[in-house]
Amino acid sequence: MPDPLAPPPRVFVEKAKNALRLAAVDRAAARCGLAPGLTLADARARLPELAVVDHDPLADAAFLETVADDCDRWTPLVALDAPDGLVLDITGCAHLFGGEAAMRARLLAHLQRHGLGAGAVVAGTPDAARALVRAGRGGIVAPGGEARAVAPLPVIRLGVDEAVVTGLSRAGLKTIGDLATRPATPLAARFGAELLTRLNRTLGHEDIRIVPRRPLPAAIAERRFAEPIGRAEDIEATLALLVDDLALMLEARGEGGRAFEASFFRADGAVRRLAIETARPSRDGTALARLWHEKIEALADPIDPGFGFDLVRLAVLRAEPLTPAQVSLDGRAVEEEEVAALIDRLAVRLGRERVLRVLLRDTHDPGRASALIPAAQAPAAAPSLSPILPPDLLPRPLSLFDPPQPVEALAEVPDGPPLRFRWRRVVHEVARAEGPERIAPEWWRLPEGTALPATRDYYRVENREGRRFWLFRAGLYGRESGEPRWFLHGLFP
Amino acid sequence: MDTVRDIAALRQMLAGLEAARLPGMVDGFSLGAGEPERAGVMLARGALHEVQAARGADLPAATGFTLALALRASLSGTDMPTRPLLWIRQDAAEAEFGRPEALGLQALGLDPSRLVLVRAPDAAEVLRAAGDGVRCAGLGALIIEPFGEPRALDLTATRRLSLRAATSGVTSFLLRMSTRALPTAVATRWQVAPAASVPGEANAPGAPAFTATLLRHRGGEGERPVEGGSWNLEWDHEACSFRDLAPLSRAVVPVPAGRPASAGAPDAERGARRGGGDGIAAFRRTG
Repeated sequence: MPDPLAPPPRVFVEKAKNALRLAAVDRAAARCGLAPGLTLADARARLPELAVVDHDPLADAAFLETVADDCDRWTPLVALDAPDGLVLDITGCAHLFGGEAAMRARLLAHLQRHGLGAGAVVAGTPDAARALVRAGRGGIVAPGGEARAVAPLPVIRLGVDEAVVTGLSRAGLKTIGDLATRPATPLAARFGAELLTRLNRTLGHEDIRIVPRRPLPAAIAERRFAEPIGRAEDIEATLALLVDDLALMLEARGEGGRAFEASFFRADGAVRRLAIETARPSRDGTALARLWHEKIEALADPIDPGFGFDLVRLAVLRAEPLTPAQVSLDGRAVEEEEVAALIDRLAVRLGRERVLRVLLRDTHDPGRASALIPAAQAPAAAPSLSPILPPDLLPRPLSLFDPPQPVEALAEVPDGPPLRFRWRRVVHEVARAEGPERIAPEWWRLPEGTALPATRDYYRVENREGRRFWLFRAGLYGRESGEPRWFLHGLFP
Repeated sequence: MDTVRDIAALRQMLAGLEAARLPGMVDGFSLGAGEPERAGVMLARGALHEVQAARGADLPAATGFTLALALRASLSGTDMPTRPLLWIRQDAAEAEFGRPEALGLQALGLDPSRLVLVRAPDAAEVLRAAGDGVRCAGLGALIIEPFGEPRALDLTATRRLSLRAATSGVTSFLLRMSTRALPTAVATRWQVAPAASVPGEANAPGAPAFTATLLRHRGGEGERPVEGGSWNLEWDHEACSFRDLAPLSRAVVPVPAGRPASAGAPDAERGARRGGGDGIAAFRRTG
């Protein structure tokens, strides 16, 4: 008997096969006999009071991501099982939550608190667990009991193609149990090796690891709070403790961290992550705590604790070997250490793309010959980054415009250096000039089908006041463009 | 007996304090060129120096001059200088004059891998980063380049930087435009404009050439500061040194008016040079 006060059954529709069809239905609609795949017209005929909402798969996917973020609190290994599932590898994690049963109960209770209805199965392989939970089962499969647990499930739960499922049912093979007793070779010959792989994984004969959506950290330290914390001082104090924990772990392994990530799990399910990078491997608790302080202070949008964080986790995303440094007699190691710490501090405060090193590339293209790369990304110990340069290379400017700035120039002869040019509304009379240095575009780097940029004739010129410029003329007279244009590419000291 | 030892200890302590207060007296570097050297121009290591561009458009020249000074400052002894150079730049400067180019740095004699470039969004961040950088004794030199005339760059800020530089021993350079005189506490203040270079083959532009004017010099070679002076210099990247530029027909930038004419050797020397004489050695100070 429908309750007149209850909200109407709700369905989500999308356009498929030239008709609006139900993509998903809520519980009330399902109880009334609606199922995905039905056309909207049929559904309306059965239930005129139906509430219809457009199906939005992207929003669903985004929501699944946030749930997956929140599930990081149980284990660092979480994989998506689109469109509505998550696979958690809880190997070695269950005892932290009081065993598998207790963990499963807590997980479900946690999701329910956030308004999510979910089913959960703990099994030996991801495929077995997925098949069971998709079939609406629950509970925990005892080690080695996968084959028996999945035997009564229909073959579609193997996650194979529709055609294979149809073929199997025509052969009278309806359940996974039916398949399990068949010899493998004829099955593979008839339905492909894919089926066998799936079968073996689901039966628990073959185990594969999931591909976690976030890289597995090298080391993790975390603090859980019965009473969520929210004050900035508490957060920093917690981070300082976690840094010390990590420093011990890293020291035991003879490693130092290059990239760190702090995750703040809010009691309401939102997760905020912050990351820092260091220019060289580090496990110095004081320095790292200071970096975190800088990072939090420099945030444009401060950490919003909401109702507080009940879990703070610090992970080392990338670790590199770090042997205890021997203090050399001239104190060079200490100095280098100091500079690295300074670079880290500035990079954390201003952003890593603002603390740069100059890298020389082996190319003739002046625009690409030197690159500014984040110092944190630069190789830790680069004796010299310089490739071998041709000895006859003409001088290059100290600063370069990117892109080159157009100028109006007047040359005496078409192929000669400019006599005068106007840049930024100032006319410069050329007193000395050197050139041209002809630089052709690197056609082998261009994507297929793009027009070849003009050849450039570069001139080094000095005006009457002694200012020195690097100009080029794009295009060759008579051969490339009709009206070559002049650009200013750089300035000499 | 005890008193003697006490006095000796006190003397030693005082000497130490003196040295700490005036580091220029114990450690400095010259430009390497003959004329400024004869005028007694010595730049202190572990101090803040200011380089002004005579006009906005002269900033590339001022930048080259500053990098050259930084290179000379980080030269120590016989071994190759390897300590990194930190260059803190405000974004606006980069937008106006382009980004540093590795081959151009190399052409000045600076190994590009030694440079750490910091881009700061505004002058306050430039000064904040400079405050951090100047304390880091591992740096070879520090270049601070705010853009325009930031209000944050005042006497207090520069004084603080100077003191920190003296403590850490990091030679620091403040690179800015000089559209308006800002009161800054610096050991030396230079105004730099480009000069016509010595032409190479087929009238090609030569090595970087500058007209450098010394506007302020605290604590010179002796006790007496050097006042004023303007030289045409050329940078020799192979020797990592400046050298005198042959006198040119165009007028040199005059010494700013309104400066008190200082007595003593440097002034006389300047007079001698202007007169076209070359016998400057006669005026060389001995103390």
